[in-house]
Amino acid sequence: MSATTPSSIAAYCTRVAASLVEDVSRPAVIVLGIFLAALVIAPFLVNDYLLTVLIVVLYFAFTGQAWNIMMGFAGQLSLGHAIYAGLGAYIAAVLFKQFAIAPWIGFFAGLPVAAGCGAIIGFLAFRFRVAGVYFAILTIAFAEFARIGFDHFDYVNASAGLFLPVAQYTHNDLWHLRGSPTMFYYVILGAAVLAFVICRALLKSRIGYFWLAIREDEHAARAVGIDSFGYKMAAVMISAVMTSFAGVFYAFFYNNLFPEQVFSISRSIEMILGPIIGGVGTLFGPILGAFVLTGLAELLNAAMSAMGVDLPGAKQVFYGVCLLLVVVALPEGVWPWLAHRLGLAGRTQ
Amino acid sequence: MGIDVYLNVAVAGILTGLVYGLMALGLSVIFGVVRVVNFAHGEMMSIAMYLTIVLFSALHLDPLVMLVPVAAALFVFGYALQAGLINPFIGRPEHSQFLLLVAIGLIIVNVLLIVFGPDARTVQTSYAFDSFQIGALIIDATKLYAGAAAIVVAALLFAFFRFAPLGKAIRACADNYVGALVVGLDVKRLYALTFGIGAACVGAAGVMMTLIVDVTPMIGPAYTLLAFVIVITGGLGSMAGALLGGLLIGVTEALAGLLFTPSAKSMFAFAILVVVLLFRPQGILGKRSIV
Repeated sequence: MSATTPSSIAAYCTRVAASLVEDVSRPAVIVLGIFLAALVIAPFLVNDYLLTVLIVVLYFAFTGQAWNIMMGFAGQLSLGHAIYAGLGAYIAAVLFKQFAIAPWIGFFAGLPVAAGCGAIIGFLAFRFRVAGVYFAILTIAFAEFARIGFDHFDYVNASAGLFLPVAQYTHNDLWHLRGSPTMFYYVILGAAVLAFVICRALLKSRIGYFWLAIREDEHAARAVGIDSFGYKMAAVMISAVMTSFAGVFYAFFYNNLFPEQVFSISRSIEMILGPIIGGVGTLFGPILGAFVLTGLAELLNAAMSAMGVDLPGAKQVFYGVCLLLVVVALPEGVWPWLAHRLGLAGRTQ
Repeated sequence: MGIDVYLNVAVAGILTGLVYGLMALGLSVIFGVVRVVNFAHGEMMSIAMYLTIVLFSALHLDPLVMLVPVAAALFVFGYALQAGLINPFIGRPEHSQFLLLVAIGLIIVNVLLIVFGPDARTVQTSYAFDSFQIGALIIDATKLYAGAAAIVVAALLFAFFRFAPLGKAIRACADNYVGALVVGLDVKRLYALTFGIGAACVGAAGVMMTLIVDVTPMIGPAYTLLAFVIVITGGLGSMAGALLGGLLIGVTEALAGLLFTPSAKSMFAFAILVVVLLFRPQGILGKRSIV
């Protein structure tokens, strides 16, 4: 079987990689390469604190990409994405705790649930023409429904919270996601890169163009024969499944799950801040937004602890002000503005 | 449980529902005229609640007397918000306006958290434990006053939009934006007034809610959602619908709290929302299609 020789696999990978960057300018590819290389070697250069910050950044870059598929590509404003992350987190955590099932399998067990949940919300909304802000409120209502439901769900310990066993792990067990922050860093880095590649591939494919058409003018899209219901459903389900993986990661990284936190509307809002600040509908927006937002928030934390003040709501006020400033001053987000400044506009998106 | 238990709970639900209705009325007025969804509605109510608590502990005024100054303060807040921040967003995409108000809500909640801390606060009035008895019915005095005040404020609002020239001008803006501009109405100022009136409504509702519930900075988002559930149930843009939706949700929550557990009561409100969105998306009294 010549198809499986190492050289042919290498050739295939090269072709895929080449197709991913085929319409990207050379300087942009080099910058991207350097950026990625810096992220790969980062754990060897930074201390534990910065590594944790980077994990949070990549986590939000990942969830931002996932949310962006719905809002940025297909134009459906979801404000309840915490439900997908929460379902993924709880299913994987329960399977691991009760039956010692590895989180990777747990993710695949949660996948149909997250997709199904997205399908139910999507079906109700798109079939009955619940659009725009009404759709956003429907998504919040579902997340709140889940929050209160899990708060009374005794099998997952209700509002007392679900805790994963934490022990001193002497080695990194990637299969069971038990180990050092460095291992978690590479997992979330891999996920973020994969999410980027998936989003780019989707955006450059047929379905991506259909989504953009639906986002820009749904009536026109339907008029030219695009099955807007089907493609919007696809966007919700893909986004839900990707977000549920973020939930699995969250559960195993933090080792505790409380319905009040996991399904809270603040979680949903945190997820959407990155892409909105970076630029809705762009591929680099969620990444840039995650870096800007988490970076500035950590600077604020550092400044406050240096001054010896402890204000529990300060970070959220800061998020609010950032969101306000971006919506008022840069409604397209930071990335399109920056890309234009750097002369990249229209080439790397 | 006898029938009178249900009856008592239902009456308490109706009285709370009237206050819910007044809160939702504010949202409905703002949406009906300005066409902006005020996603900081519950947060604005929590500002009114903390104002009530601060005034009460400073001056020991009866909360029902504070209705006027607190509503006036919220009117100024709403007017300034619309004139300063939201008016430039008229004509921007819907999600852009929505996110602006999400940001304002986020800031309000957490500024309150920083200023007042996370602990629950209440107002202890002299009549907190009074009640009236009519046959088997025992009506909580606080809820009765709150419900009655809600009816009075709502009636004033109906009268204002029906008879006052300014109210008619605002309705003209809602009916036909371009037409209102053509006949020389200062639409931006009327929008600011409308937002102020909506804010005053939710401010008045906030004063009365302070009598009924414990106040924490985090309750804002929950009431925003509740206001939306009520307004969508009743019919966005319909003032009577907002009041009717408030009663419906108030009674549903009260009975759900009795039959199941009080902490799960909002699940039933959301269930009603989903049912309404599916079978009558324009709401019970709504006329327009929502798309």
